[in-house]
Amino acid sequence: MGLKRDVSLSAGLRYKGPAGYLTYILHRIGGLGMGIFITVHILASYVGGGFGGLLNGIYQNWAFQIFIFFCVLFHAINGLRITILDLWPKLLDFQTEAIWIEWAVFIPLFSISVFIILNTAFGG
Amino acid sequence: MATKSRQLSIKQRGLTNFEAIMWIFTRLSALAIYGLILVGLIGALIMGAREQMNFADVMRWAFMPNVYHVQSTDVPDLDLWSNPFWKLTASALLLVATAHGVHGLVVIADDYIAGERGRKFVRFLSIIMMVSVGFMGLWIIWTA
Repeated sequence: MGLKRDVSLSAGLRYKGPAGYLTYILHRIGGLGMGIFITVHILASYVGGGFGGLLNGIYQNWAFQIFIFFCVLFHAINGLRITILDLWPKLLDFQTEAIWIEWAVFIPLFSISVFIILNTAFGG
Repeated sequence: MATKSRQLSIKQRGLTNFEAIMWIFTRLSALAIYGLILVGLIGALIMGAREQMNFADVMRWAFMPNVYHVQSTDVPDLDLWSNPFWKLTASALLLVATAHGVHGLVVIADDYIAGERGRKFVRFLSIIMMVSVGFMGLWIIWTA
């Protein structure tokens, strides 16, 4: 039935389609990153104690903050594009333009955030 | 195919099976999460963005309005912010985001696990994960 696939895992990971592949894989990485982070974070907060404190201490690190904010912000902005285009399917003709707008929104917002995170971590 | 099926409206396509229902649920829950985070963001701005909080504190409150998240700030009275309104907002955000996220993990797993038994197992695991993460999160929110 529909469950048979001829594509191996490694071929699936190396797939490079036309426009939208980058946003597709970044959306997936962002979603996975957030999912793993939030699950571990809730577990650590629930368990508490020294082990929970150690895990939650990692999240205070600036490098981790930049990584997780990339996941959150990209997933949110790309998700908004997907939601708008899927709920108004006629707009799908402008998918490529929508991706350009998405980058135009994402890059300045993320740059400012990285600057603020680094400034808080190293500056004063 | 004569018609461009991808351009049919949702009504014309119909929501007939679990995957289609979850497809629309993912979009609608995303909209709900934007709304809830906006509520949290406005709350954080009222709370003390001008003097008592930095960017990370504002973001932490926006993404999960739980007083544990803003313990290290200079906000004078945090008890004001652990009222039922914020606990209900936090619970709604937790449950909607958990359902959205766990279904996302199932979609990713389905791309690499094609066997029928493997998929059943992934679904079984996903239900356990959703219930346990939801329970632990609610526990943290309501006993804080």
